[in-house]
Amino acid sequence: MNSYDVVIVGAGPAGMACAAEARQAGLSTLVLDEQPRPGGQIFRDIEVSDPGRRALLGKDYAEGARIAEAFRASGADYVSGAVVWNIDSAKRIDYSAGGRSHSVEAKSLVAATGAIERPTPMPGWTLPGVTTVGAAQILLKTSGIVFEDLVLVGSGPLLWLAASQMITAGVPPKAIVETVPKSRYRAAARHVLRALPGWRYLAKGFAMMRAVKRAGVPVHRDAEDIAIEGDSAATAVTFTSGSKRHRIETAHVALHQGVVPNQQMTRVMNCQHRFDESQRAFLPVLSEDFETTVPGVFVAGDGAGIGGAKSAAMRGRLVAMRIAETAGKPVSGERAKLRTALARDAAVRPLLEALYAPSDDVLSPADAVMVCRCEEITAGQIREAVALGAPGPNQVKSFLRAGMGPCQGRMCGLAVSEIIAAARGESPSTVDYYRIRPPLKPLLLSELAGLGAEAPREAAE
Amino acid sequence: MPQRIDTSGETVRFTFEGRDVEARAGETIAAALIASGETTTRASVVSGAPRGPFCMMGVCFECLVEIDGVPNRQACMIVAEPGMTVARQTADEVAA
Repeated sequence: MNSYDVVIVGAGPAGMACAAEARQAGLSTLVLDEQPRPGGQIFRDIEVSDPGRRALLGKDYAEGARIAEAFRASGADYVSGAVVWNIDSAKRIDYSAGGRSHSVEAKSLVAATGAIERPTPMPGWTLPGVTTVGAAQILLKTSGIVFEDLVLVGSGPLLWLAASQMITAGVPPKAIVETVPKSRYRAAARHVLRALPGWRYLAKGFAMMRAVKRAGVPVHRDAEDIAIEGDSAATAVTFTSGSKRHRIETAHVALHQGVVPNQQMTRVMNCQHRFDESQRAFLPVLSEDFETTVPGVFVAGDGAGIGGAKSAAMRGRLVAMRIAETAGKPVSGERAKLRTALARDAAVRPLLEALYAPSDDVLSPADAVMVCRCEEITAGQIREAVALGAPGPNQVKSFLRAGMGPCQGRMCGLAVSEIIAAARGESPSTVDYYRIRPPLKPLLLSELAGLGAEAPREAAE
Repeated sequence: MPQRIDTSGETVRFTFEGRDVEARAGETIAAALIASGETTTRASVVSGAPRGPFCMMGVCFECLVEIDGVPNRQACMIVAEPGMTVARQTADEVAA
């Protein structure tokens, strides 16, 4: 079996920067990534996007090209289209690529699997034509596909970024329905002074909002009780704003309530997690050098807590420096500088987290709202299971099959933890999260059979 | 309706439910379907309700389709190849 000093899962900014730094320190390095091309979601298709697309997507996107070039030039081994489906306690990684499974051993493992969008359960969110805002942006990045009737619903910087990119593309969204209550501005104001070192982010945010205003896109603020109408596909979105009920006809709705760490990999390795009240999400418990509670397992990028692409790349480099240090290599003189820059880049976060905290609508959906999309379990069924004595997500899973479909809880997990916590009058940190088991993604039996004579350990569960 | 702001580059063709669909070379099946105006890719497991691509990044599994007879393939993760036969997935085929 192949063995590497460092195996990195994920080729976004964190994974790419980590690989380049690890190679510079002379460590043998393998990067496994699910996508056909490097970049992660933030720099999706960065290598194949033409100058026109890059100009449209903005300076921060174009910056990804430099990171991708350094990664390609680093000499790290890289497997695209690789789906990691198990990692055991000896840091043996089983993955599927090209229709068959492979195994590889890592001295150090870096989970650079980034973030996913927070679940946004609301009436009608399973209808065809409804996507996440991230999905709408991925369609623009990879294929130049835009919807002239797109209604953006929710809150967060990505909502405004997607809107301003669509405007630059010449196809502005039909409307923005923002769910930020007025009280959030007061909550966020407390953090303004601390956020000033991050003035560039604030300036970018204001510029995006100005672009939306200039383009004449209708913005409905302080929206609540959002529902998507439709029978076999979305036909309209309705909501209350300014104490009036509104209805906008559209076949395309994009939802967003911020991004949260993708925990699947650190959960399957039994790393400890904690619930972060400010980010309203579970984060892996990490050392100063981003090492998890499982020795030799690191998390770089947004998986360590949401910090954005710049922070992700810096964390990737810091992780590689730490691994090199442990292997007895001289520590790069840049480490102290990087740590300072990372702290400065994070200055704006408390303000963003307070302003764009998830809306009450999605944290406590009405009883009839479907929460687990795969197994079609409603919020009411989850509350009923709690009333019957289920103390946490794993018991709810046993009662109802919530989280047992093909997405394995990725789309409902946080919402289920929040609903149970609210019903029991506890914090999500007490009720905790689903236990995540291999395989991390469903795989074909033919892919498993191709693993070779040696049977995968721990994969039979 | 979906629009393409850029129609440069090569194209490939595959079929979805027997109908011809054009994809730009290198893009995923899900992206090509959405560009062609198709938003429904499968039926849900329990009630058989229509579902379509939601996250476009391999997380939600709503875009599961059958490709050349193999079910449970993620249309948002698989690049469209010329001549592929893609079909909507029915409720009883979805992996659990």
